[in-house]
Amino acid sequence: MLLRRVVITGIGVVSPFGRGIENLMAALLAGKSGVVEIPALAEITGMRTRVAALATGIDPLEIPRKFRRSMSSMSVFATLASKDAAYMGGLTKEQLHSGRLGVSLGSTVGSPQTMQEFFRDFSLDNSLERMKSTIFFHIMNHSCASNVAQALGVTGRILAPAAACSTSCHAVGYAAEMIGMGKQDFMLCGGADEFHPLTSGTFDIINAASMAFNDSPSSTPRPFDRDRDGIVCGEGSGILLLESLESAQQRGATILAEIVGFATNSDPGSIANPDAECIAECMRLALTDAEIEPDNVDYINAHATATEQGDIAECQAISSVFGSRTPTSSLKGHLGHAMAASGTLELAACIEMLQQGVLIPTLNLDNVDPRCANVQHVDGVSRRPVSTVVKNNFALGGINSSIILRRYPQ
Amino acid sequence: MTDQEIIEKINSSLAEEFELDLGVMTPETTLYEDMGLDSLDVVDLVIVLETAFGMKIREEEAIRNIRTLGDIHSFVINKKRQLESA
Repeated sequence: MLLRRVVITGIGVVSPFGRGIENLMAALLAGKSGVVEIPALAEITGMRTRVAALATGIDPLEIPRKFRRSMSSMSVFATLASKDAAYMGGLTKEQLHSGRLGVSLGSTVGSPQTMQEFFRDFSLDNSLERMKSTIFFHIMNHSCASNVAQALGVTGRILAPAAACSTSCHAVGYAAEMIGMGKQDFMLCGGADEFHPLTSGTFDIINAASMAFNDSPSSTPRPFDRDRDGIVCGEGSGILLLESLESAQQRGATILAEIVGFATNSDPGSIANPDAECIAECMRLALTDAEIEPDNVDYINAHATATEQGDIAECQAISSVFGSRTPTSSLKGHLGHAMAASGTLELAACIEMLQQGVLIPTLNLDNVDPRCANVQHVDGVSRRPVSTVVKNNFALGGINSSIILRRYPQ
Repeated sequence: MTDQEIIEKINSSLAEEFELDLGVMTPETTLYEDMGLDSLDVVDLVIVLETAFGMKIREEEAIRNIRTLGDIHSFVINKKRQLESA
């Protein structure tokens, strides 16, 4: 339980459907897929997957060179999304510079593209003589957080959580706790990642990447479906502006939703394979944090990436905590898996679902895997009142996290 | 290369690297105030010149005295002449 109530007053999104939450929500409601064929993947020996979901609709030149020179594409995504979240929230320059606004933002790793470019050149003749001054700023672990702070003039706390695919829900949860404790009044928080063959390759070599739908990209990934065959990597950034309720009320900000619960736990049983009981415990901890019962939850936005082990474990966990009546869906079918950005891209959509009173079904879920039939899958775009949402976000490395959003006012 | 060709190559290389307008680049243009460069950019400026002209200049004492685009033109022209006569 937070000592101060924390609300969301801004959203920024860079996704395969372009920039802005409006574009993302329109695509989700229309059942569109952001997954495309990536011909370059076919040129990599041993790479079997050929599909990904790439960010579209942005112009990096919008960011002045002074700031852009230290950014790889993931920081560009994060900066544009942060600008949009700050703008939607009506923040002034004074508030950005006040020291009462911080940034909590992470990525899976520093820029793999910049690392590749550096080491390709370095290995030619073992020389540093062509190394540009700004390379380090692309690859440091807090690259996105620092670049956003530099570009927006943020003078408060900087936090750069790194928990792979669970990064952005960690970033939001820790940001909420920071505001809840009174250490900051505002936090720009979320995650960002850029696509690189290394990311797809990581899942490909452990047989967790989708490869059976290379000729029909929009048919994959297929969370919960009996014919699913793995993850499709994506990219982008999702940023939320969090704020104390009293701050939002004092300045008359439009409140989009309230964060009422957050939990994260570690699964030491395996660095790669999810455990249903650990996931269930994470959701129970989040419910306790929110001081609500499972029956109070209207919708569960699953992490479900379309891997056999992940989907089944998550369904078992949801079933054990909530039974089989709470509507559940995954947005990975539309967005692919945007890694460190996935949690907040999907949270952004959840906020819209709360606001619009609508639930979005899982794209490409045509035939439910019998082992995933123990939850209630959202059946078509469903208009209904939605008050409380659980958002799950898990990661390789044995990391689970769950965030609970509530409509405001309830 | 003629001196004019060297100057044009310097200007085009710097314009591309630092996103500058060639039309406003004159010998009197200052690196810090007019071109808006800072200490990180100057590190990259040296690499751009080394790559463009295939010579090592990072350790040259004279670099530290460069203030304007004209100083760069003179420095590179002199350095190239030195190398050619060596």
